[in-house]
Amino acid sequence: MKLTTTLMATTALTVAAVSAQAQDMADSLTLVSWGGAYQNSQQKAYVEPYLANNPGVSITWDESSAEAVAKLRAMDEAGNVTWDLVDVVASDAMRLCDEGLAMELDHDEMLAAAPDGTEASDDFGDLIVSDCFVPQIVYSTTFGYRTDMVPEGVEPPSSVCDVFDLETYPGKRALQKRPIDNMEWALYCDGVAKDEIYDVLGTDEGVDRALAMLDTIKDQVVWWSAGAETPQLLADGEVFMGSTFNGRLFSAIAEQDQPIGMMWDMQSFDLDGWIVPAGLPDDRLARVLDFLAFATDTQRLADQAAYISYGPARESSAPLVGEHAELGIDMAPHMPTDPANATNVHIYDYEWWADNRDDLDAKFQSWLAN
Amino acid sequence: MRGPPNHNEQKHSDGDKMSDTTDTGPVLAADGTPLKRSLRRAIRAQKLRALALIAPLLIFVLVTFIAPIADMLFRSVENQIVSNTLPNAVSTLNEWDGTGDTLPGEETFEALYYDLFLASESKRHTRLGSRLNYEQAGISSMFRTSGRRVDDIGEDQIEALEDIDASWEDEAFWFNMMSGPDDAPKASGILADQRERLAKLNQSSFSGEVGFAPSQDIADLLPRTVRAYTAFAVFTAIADEDVVAEEEPWEAVKVALIEDLRSGVDLSGYDGAGAEELRAAQAGLADQAAVDYKQAFIDMNEDWANLDNWKTIKMYAPPFTAGYFLNAVDLQKTPEGFRPRPDNEQIYIKLFQRTLFMSLMIMGSCILLGYPVAYLLATLPSRSANLLMILVLLPFWTSLLVRTSAWKVMLQQQGVINDTLVWLGLVNDADRLVMINNQFGTIVAMTHILLPFMILPMYSVMSTIPQTYVRAARSLGATNWTSFWRVYFPQSVPGIGAGSILVFILAIGYYITPEIVGGTTGTFISNRIAYHISTSLNWGLAAALGSILLVAVLILYWAYDKIVGIDNVKLG
Repeated sequence: MKLTTTLMATTALTVAAVSAQAQDMADSLTLVSWGGAYQNSQQKAYVEPYLANNPGVSITWDESSAEAVAKLRAMDEAGNVTWDLVDVVASDAMRLCDEGLAMELDHDEMLAAAPDGTEASDDFGDLIVSDCFVPQIVYSTTFGYRTDMVPEGVEPPSSVCDVFDLETYPGKRALQKRPIDNMEWALYCDGVAKDEIYDVLGTDEGVDRALAMLDTIKDQVVWWSAGAETPQLLADGEVFMGSTFNGRLFSAIAEQDQPIGMMWDMQSFDLDGWIVPAGLPDDRLARVLDFLAFATDTQRLADQAAYISYGPARESSAPLVGEHAELGIDMAPHMPTDPANATNVHIYDYEWWADNRDDLDAKFQSWLAN
Repeated sequence: MRGPPNHNEQKHSDGDKMSDTTDTGPVLAADGTPLKRSLRRAIRAQKLRALALIAPLLIFVLVTFIAPIADMLFRSVENQIVSNTLPNAVSTLNEWDGTGDTLPGEETFEALYYDLFLASESKRHTRLGSRLNYEQAGISSMFRTSGRRVDDIGEDQIEALEDIDASWEDEAFWFNMMSGPDDAPKASGILADQRERLAKLNQSSFSGEVGFAPSQDIADLLPRTVRAYTAFAVFTAIADEDVVAEEEPWEAVKVALIEDLRSGVDLSGYDGAGAEELRAAQAGLADQAAVDYKQAFIDMNEDWANLDNWKTIKMYAPPFTAGYFLNAVDLQKTPEGFRPRPDNEQIYIKLFQRTLFMSLMIMGSCILLGYPVAYLLATLPSRSANLLMILVLLPFWTSLLVRTSAWKVMLQQQGVINDTLVWLGLVNDADRLVMINNQFGTIVAMTHILLPFMILPMYSVMSTIPQTYVRAARSLGATNWTSFWRVYFPQSVPGIGAGSILVFILAIGYYITPEIVGGTTGTFISNRIAYHISTSLNWGLAAALGSILLVAVLILYWAYDKIVGIDNVKLG
């Protein structure tokens, strides 16, 4: 799509050159995000400073990121896309890009360079997993446990395989109600080498093996589907350990003072970022690109880390990560990307899951229902 | 119709109602028109007025409710994406016998090349990939990677062509050759065909000015090239909104030209634009190797050599499919017919059974709990009855989510009920009861939420039963039980019927409560439908599951009507 790129590049240039010409840009913006503490961090770090610079603009939030792909598809079919900028996880961004529902972006043209002049595409590096995707944060799905439920005389759990060890660590576990991550952890703890996990999982025997491993703890598992459930279950003492997004655990530990410990072993890295829906009219697109360039510059991404413990996606933002905005604690050690936390990480394979998800999901759900 | 009535005509049309048309002529109204006609007109006007009165609601319901549901349910059988995306490849597959162990022939791969090229320009190939991936894991990435690299096919030959004459890289040269002189006859049929093809592929209109029409001469001479160029021109002008003459044609157009030239076309009679270059190219390309499409596809992604993938494409080529419905009842389509899915993938029948069973349980508990309350409401003096009524209605004024979450707090292992039981010493602290994230939790929470829907119809029926009947029965010597069971209860049955239908139909499609308190064993089919709508995006399967659910409810309603009789249902 040479044309679109040229067109977008021209728009971006025009936007950069004459940003004073506000009449070319729409004066409202609909952002789609996840709600909760995460959306709040975006509001504080990007939206409020942007509105301070552009007083005439109004910004509306829509908390629909969880259904973003389905809704964008429906909007596209109806020919009326009402969203301007959508926050989605990387796998959804790839799916939207594949289907032509998200616009391909020229990262170097459209996004701000790092303060030292490094081009945006180098600054984000490998995290640009799709041409349509502007990464914001690196987050991880990892385990937390109740410190006061660790049996006496036993070391607190430190390995993901402790989740599968009911003898040493009896109690309920909270796991996400989907095959992704759980199957990989199960195989890893069943002795499969980390770089062979997907090869094994690609075979029927591998799937059976992973499910057999999960079977050993099945009657002790509470299955969650919303990220807020595990912190709640941990706070209530309903489960001993559970997986969730690391930022949720951080806020339960640091902001709400719950007796919860982090277990970073085999944390599963994932990305979250923006996509621009395809086919926006010129004035709206101009406003979106203006906001996008501002909201993903080095300082803004670093600022976001003051409100939530997700790692900024730009390399140049990392040194700027400071203290929590209200608690004043140093945020760096709570980032999933901190070297001390990232000694043993699991990189989840988007491509593999895109192909095999339907298949595995049918098997996983039928296993769950039995 | 306003002219004077023709007697004979009237007689003829109303021939079966002879009594109206006697020999003396029809009965006339005051204004001279036949009474029957003016009566009919009056009734018609009345009907129209009634229709006009309900029209806003009718239109609203049709537009916002019936039409979207019909559209959604239609997706359960719709499968045009395969033939819209790969029309040529699919039609060549008709000749391929999908049961043997040989891959389709070279002509299928050649057709696939042009289809996939156009699809990847339109970004529709990945949608087809996801569609077929529901049936065969791995097809999605096969289409995705091939779409990225399809323009590399034939690059050696294209390079050779451009080495012969640089004009082949010149957009104006191409444009002039393809359009011919202004006054030449045009092959407008090809243009219309390609518009239609692109419109189907992109599911959007491709009408509008293209600024190009192929000349008939060149279309007769180089049919493949003209088809490919016309598709390129329509796409460039309408989707990209560019001027055709200023854009270099796609690789697929050049590959088509190479195929045309290699097929031994006789150029000697052609003297239009580009005649020299065409002759030079034909001579120059004679010693070039032909494009090996099959090998090129297999090099791009080895899955193209996988017979199962081709069988899937062939099987799902027709524009309508039963595949989604088969999947929804744990079957699958194979070349040998319908077969059950592997044991470890069977889930939907079980979920349907569970949904039915739990809805019946919920309905039953609502009857048991609701009947005494409704009886009290109907028999108590109105002051206490009003108070009780408020208590019944209170849950209506509380958010559904709040009520469901409250049950979570009540039922969980560290929850209020378990804590109380432990405190009372009835339950050991170590083995607290598991009352949530299972069927029990769903049934309890949903019974509570749906209880008012049972109590209110029961109450409105019971309040119309005169107390004197029961008193009369007693005065004739019936015991309390007999007077209740023989006199009161039969009269309250219509209320039970109405409440049961209401609760059962609400329960069978419930989503949010089972999702929150149901865990894995207490979820309904609706939770799977929601999953397929918003997460897996398999809307066809979701539509099939939804259709089955709808039909099941209608059948149960019909059975209820047969057994109990819908006339016996009273809401007041």
